[in-house]
Amino acid sequence: MTGRTPPWRSAGVRATAYQLAVVAVLIGVAAWMTDTARHAMQERGIASGFDFLLDRAGFAIGHAFFAFSPDESYLRAFVVGVGNTLVVAAASLVAASLLGLAVGLARLSGNWLLARIAGLYVELFRNTPMLVQIVFWYTLCTLMPAPRQAWSLFDLAFASNRGLLLPWPERAGVFAVAGCLVVLGAGLVPPLYRWVDRLRRRGRRPRAVGGLALAALLAPAVLWWAAAGFPTAWSVPRLRGFNFAGGLALSPEFLALFLGLSCYIAAFVAEIVRAGILSVGRGQIEAAETIGLARGDLYRKVVFPQAMRVIVPPLAAQYISLVKNSSLGVAIGYPDLFSVTNTVLTLSGNTIEAIAIMALVYLTLALAIGFLADLANRAVRIRER
Amino acid sequence: MATGTAACRSFAIAGTGAIRPPPPARRGTLGWLRANLFATPLDGAVTLALAAAIAWLAPKALAWAVLDAVWWAPDGRACRDAAGACWAVITEKHRLILFGTYPYAEQWRGALVVLLFVAMLAASAGPWLAARAKLWGWAATALAILVLMLGGVPGLEPVGTHLWGGLPLTIVIFIGTVAGGMPLAVLLALARQSELPILRALAVGVIEVVRGLPLLAVLFVASLIFPLFVPVELQIDKLLRAEIGMIIFFGAYAAEIVRGGLQAVAAGQREAAAALGLGYWPRTRLVVLPQALATVVPPLLGDVIRAFKNTTYVAILGLFDVLGATKVALDDPAWSRHAAEAYLFIFLLYLVFCLAFSRWGMAVERRLARRRRG
Repeated sequence: MTGRTPPWRSAGVRATAYQLAVVAVLIGVAAWMTDTARHAMQERGIASGFDFLLDRAGFAIGHAFFAFSPDESYLRAFVVGVGNTLVVAAASLVAASLLGLAVGLARLSGNWLLARIAGLYVELFRNTPMLVQIVFWYTLCTLMPAPRQAWSLFDLAFASNRGLLLPWPERAGVFAVAGCLVVLGAGLVPPLYRWVDRLRRRGRRPRAVGGLALAALLAPAVLWWAAAGFPTAWSVPRLRGFNFAGGLALSPEFLALFLGLSCYIAAFVAEIVRAGILSVGRGQIEAAETIGLARGDLYRKVVFPQAMRVIVPPLAAQYISLVKNSSLGVAIGYPDLFSVTNTVLTLSGNTIEAIAIMALVYLTLALAIGFLADLANRAVRIRER
Repeated sequence: MATGTAACRSFAIAGTGAIRPPPPARRGTLGWLRANLFATPLDGAVTLALAAAIAWLAPKALAWAVLDAVWWAPDGRACRDAAGACWAVITEKHRLILFGTYPYAEQWRGALVVLLFVAMLAASAGPWLAARAKLWGWAATALAILVLMLGGVPGLEPVGTHLWGGLPLTIVIFIGTVAGGMPLAVLLALARQSELPILRALAVGVIEVVRGLPLLAVLFVASLIFPLFVPVELQIDKLLRAEIGMIIFFGAYAAEIVRGGLQAVAAGQREAAAALGLGYWPRTRLVVLPQALATVVPPLLGDVIRAFKNTTYVAILGLFDVLGATKVALDDPAWSRHAAEAYLFIFLLYLVFCLAFSRWGMAVERRLARRRRG
């Protein structure tokens, strides 16, 4: 006689039971915790909800790229914080990529001295905490001379304990858009080269390809600049009394965070670039040399596409880490999103709501970078034919 | 010879040309210099520029750091007129920087903690201990460190966690993060690979949300929001809350690495174990995990190094780890002008520890590669 398996010994029933138990426990704990929190908030007289966002903030945000007065709302404070985070993250991202690329290539250079110095850079900056580096840069910034004894470069740029002052276009907006258009122009270059390759395969010999590429890169930006009426006026910083006026002022807090983020992430980017280039098989390069590919073509057509497949995923992780670690600005008083959130939750008492907003913004940024990295990954992956 | 016919052209050099010089020597000092520093004109220019920069900077750095430096100045006055570094800030404040606010008379216990940690690190770096021995050794070390720091046993004065500080605190947080984070990582990775959909969804949610947030935000949630959600009787202290945040962050990152290892274990291994009649847990513990973890040791060590560097984040929460204690030391107006020297000192301190870890990681990687080649 074969007895039927009792339900408690069936794998399917057990799996469902385990999962239901986990869910029940989680819901129970969550309900109990929410109840506790509600009581605590009521006792302290804090109204929950997001209405506080429209209240008067009552605190000032100093050294910011965006103006903010204490009479404005908490919501606007968050916007300013996000703006400051984006500015420092974008600037550091570009700097870290360029510096990392340079250091990574230098480490691979045949020049022993250059390779050693690049190796030393990587070891020093990768093996120490970013926060210590940021605090150290900040200390150096504050040790600079006072504005009246500032270091100057041809009386155009000044470095003092108030930060760095640079000449800046009067109509910076025009140049910002032009910069975006250069990125757009960069998008035109690969199709141009593909077209040139097609012509060559048909036996034609197009000339001045480099010049054409440069034109494609710059044309949209130059056209825009011309449309705006060729603005050329520069605002140059001048010493007025005890401080500077005019130009672009970069506060010591911004500089320290910018240097800390860029130098630290650059060390990791350098290693990623190096690993990517080393991952390209020696045979690939030798084969390319054998068929007589020029140096530039060798890098453009053989090394770069294969290295990018190895470089893109870890690079995206480093970019996400850079954006998240810009929150360390709170340690030196740079008014980024984290530091604004910290002030808001202290003043308003709406701790949970403030942290929820901050978390949402950081998650969105991380997801956005992840999405862009996914697109880049798809562009560089192997296409099977 | 058919040199004249167009059908059979020879590319061989005919006749005798001028005798060409031999290729430049690649051996010997001169050969090495030519190959590695002056291979092309551009290479030579780069070498000369770098050498000039070093020749200009090195004497200045040496003068600042050693020749003109002040090593001893009890009240900081001797530092004021010095042209070089003021290392006296370290001589004067090293007890505060290294041990924080731990009771002065009991700081030998902190020193012993650091010694124990370094000794255990050195013991487990080489191939001379079995994995099981290392694990038990670390468990014993962690217990000894806790007892030493907390006290309360005969002969040891009890010391509250709010007084802990400096390097021992950094080490306690670090060991706690790895010891608590590794099991969490394994559980999260197993849940993410599990066949139970709800468990899988939960694991994915926790891992992705935590990885999308800055560590600072996770620490703030653990130390600011968590207390709001639990009644007063169940409140835990500040250090423990920070530790929980560190553990969750480490666990979420390490879980993805462990998952990579789990995916690398061939399905046949799992199926063979199931065919032998092993249930889920014995199968996982005896067959899957040992193979999965062995393949991911190098990237896990990368995360461990990051966990060591990340201990500095607790300074922002107001705990007095090495960085936090250094900040306190520099609040003294007599020494605040010499912050750069103090930060340079702790920079080197972290560098020594992290370099040791990374060299250890490289050695493990080499050993694993050798074993894989068989």
